[in-house]
Amino acid sequence: MSTKPGYLSTNTPSFHFYLAPLAWIRTNLFSGPVDSLLTLLALYLLWIGIPPFIQWAIMDADWVGNSRDQCIGGGACWVFVRVRLDQFLYGAYPTDQQWRVNLGLLLFVLLLVPIMLRQVPYKGVLAAFLIVVYPVIAYALFYGGWLGLPVVETHQWGGLMLTLILAVVGIVLSLPFGTLLALGRRSDLPVIRAACVTYIELWRGVPLITVLFMASVMLPLFFPEGFNPDKLLRAMIGIVLFQSAYMAEVVRGGLQAIPKGQYEAAKALGLGYWQTMGLVILPQALKLVIPGIVNTFIALFKDTTLVLIIGLFDLLGKVQQAFNDPEWLGYSTEGYLFAGFIFWAFCFSMSRYSQALERSLHTGHKH
Amino acid sequence: MTNEDPAPTGTPMVDIRGLNKWYGEFQVLKDIDLRVEKGQRIVICGPSGSGKSTLIRCINRLETYQQGRIVVDGIELSENLRNLEQVRREVGMVFQHFNLFSHLTVLENCTLAPIWVRRQSRAQAERTALDYLERVRIPEQADKYPGQLSGGQQQRVAIARSLCMNPRILLFDEPTSALDPEMIKEVLDVMIELAEEGMTMLCVTHEMGFARTVADRVIFMDAGCIVESAEPDTFFSNPRHARTREFLGQILG
Repeated sequence: MSTKPGYLSTNTPSFHFYLAPLAWIRTNLFSGPVDSLLTLLALYLLWIGIPPFIQWAIMDADWVGNSRDQCIGGGACWVFVRVRLDQFLYGAYPTDQQWRVNLGLLLFVLLLVPIMLRQVPYKGVLAAFLIVVYPVIAYALFYGGWLGLPVVETHQWGGLMLTLILAVVGIVLSLPFGTLLALGRRSDLPVIRAACVTYIELWRGVPLITVLFMASVMLPLFFPEGFNPDKLLRAMIGIVLFQSAYMAEVVRGGLQAIPKGQYEAAKALGLGYWQTMGLVILPQALKLVIPGIVNTFIALFKDTTLVLIIGLFDLLGKVQQAFNDPEWLGYSTEGYLFAGFIFWAFCFSMSRYSQALERSLHTGHKH
Repeated sequence: MTNEDPAPTGTPMVDIRGLNKWYGEFQVLKDIDLRVEKGQRIVICGPSGSGKSTLIRCINRLETYQQGRIVVDGIELSENLRNLEQVRREVGMVFQHFNLFSHLTVLENCTLAPIWVRRQSRAQAERTALDYLERVRIPEQADKYPGQLSGGQQQRVAIARSLCMNPRILLFDEPTSALDPEMIKEVLDVMIELAEEGMTMLCVTHEMGFARTVADRVIFMDAGCIVESAEPDTFFSNPRHARTREFLGQILG
């Protein structure tokens, strides 16, 4: 590979920045009249945008108190978020029972962190526990009705708690289902292939909002009298079925990128279909499409806000609900900013983790 | 080297009878009959598109065929998947493009099939693997990933990976064609050693020096047919068919 002269100076700004800040500024920001003009324009736009925002959101903001009378600084009224925080995080979950949610979350984090770090033994066992046993524990803990825990009906679950439950269930289940669908779509058996293609094209072709609406309004019409599965459960099933179809196409992209030689080498060694897929093809294919998978996860995370239309109040739903409180009219900017920040924090973390994962799984150049 | 054909008695390692294969209208293999005895080294050469790779890929059923029968070590190939896996276990294959599993280290590449197919313990599989990596002279690369190795090293790992399954036959599909010239020798040396140890080998290759040194029989294929099959001495000094002479003229310069 030959490196053109000047390649380094234009394509690796950070590298040059340490060497010579002035030269870096010159080459990257003021290399010509148009460049200079655009740089100045950008600086101007930042100048008129950023300082007033900081003034409003931080300097003039009111942080403490418990009613709108405390908001006198003329800036953001974070008191609103503070007073409503309990609802934003837990929905209508009874305040004296919220420790159960915290405990469930703590357990989840304790299980997840070792799985996310590399070089931890028994990862498989931990992952299996997280996928099979943890949901039962979490449900028992959140719903209650045993060991003297009072029952908290699922319609009381809400806020960030509900967002996280929907997102985690969707993420954890849509990846394996999507993978199976992708394998099915590439199967040699016509019946399986046709079934998977039909499923994927059907679910991908309808908006999630329709799926949720169907799950909530139409599905019960087909159930016998008295049998009425939980609304939250129906929303979860809808989300998982919908996202699996998307995930299937992402995974299929990865499967198609694996050279035929890998299949042949595995076959020639006597590996069976599931061994070939599980040990050779999928580890490579999934690694290739980590960006696509995480992209789907992020979209899924944000799509959970749509459950609002079937009467479940997730974080955004709870925030919007609070706007209608006569006590707090007029603070929607603060509410949206808060919700937006929380969503951004979660999505950005996922993105950063995926980049770290890609780097740690990198095993040298492809042949 | 040995020039006499082993006695054609007993069960052959590979017995191909009346093999025909078509890609659509195009016939790639025409009435192939081939019998390989235990311990025999066969080199198959021929112009590109002559069907030589297709032929050896039929032996472990990486290619299907429409007519004929193939018996490998007493097991007749059939559609049955279990039967196929049983045959593939005993037939090692080395590919032109190595086809190492790029997400696994060299050692893991070598232990994967013994552990999952032969059900060996990890410790035992690793012992065997290190043994074979030693034999192909790259034990120090065991913990590297294939992407960090040169082509010649990768191909030697691929040979070690096949050997770890303790196969009864090794198929080589142009093992040196994708290598830089200076790496061809290191791979050929390993193959020559294997041949000397009595491994049954079928090699599709254009390395005529290799054919001269180790082959019991050289087969020339053209347009889907076996045109000529002879001991190396006869094959190189006194080929019977015009097409063989022409091919040899081109390849030997």
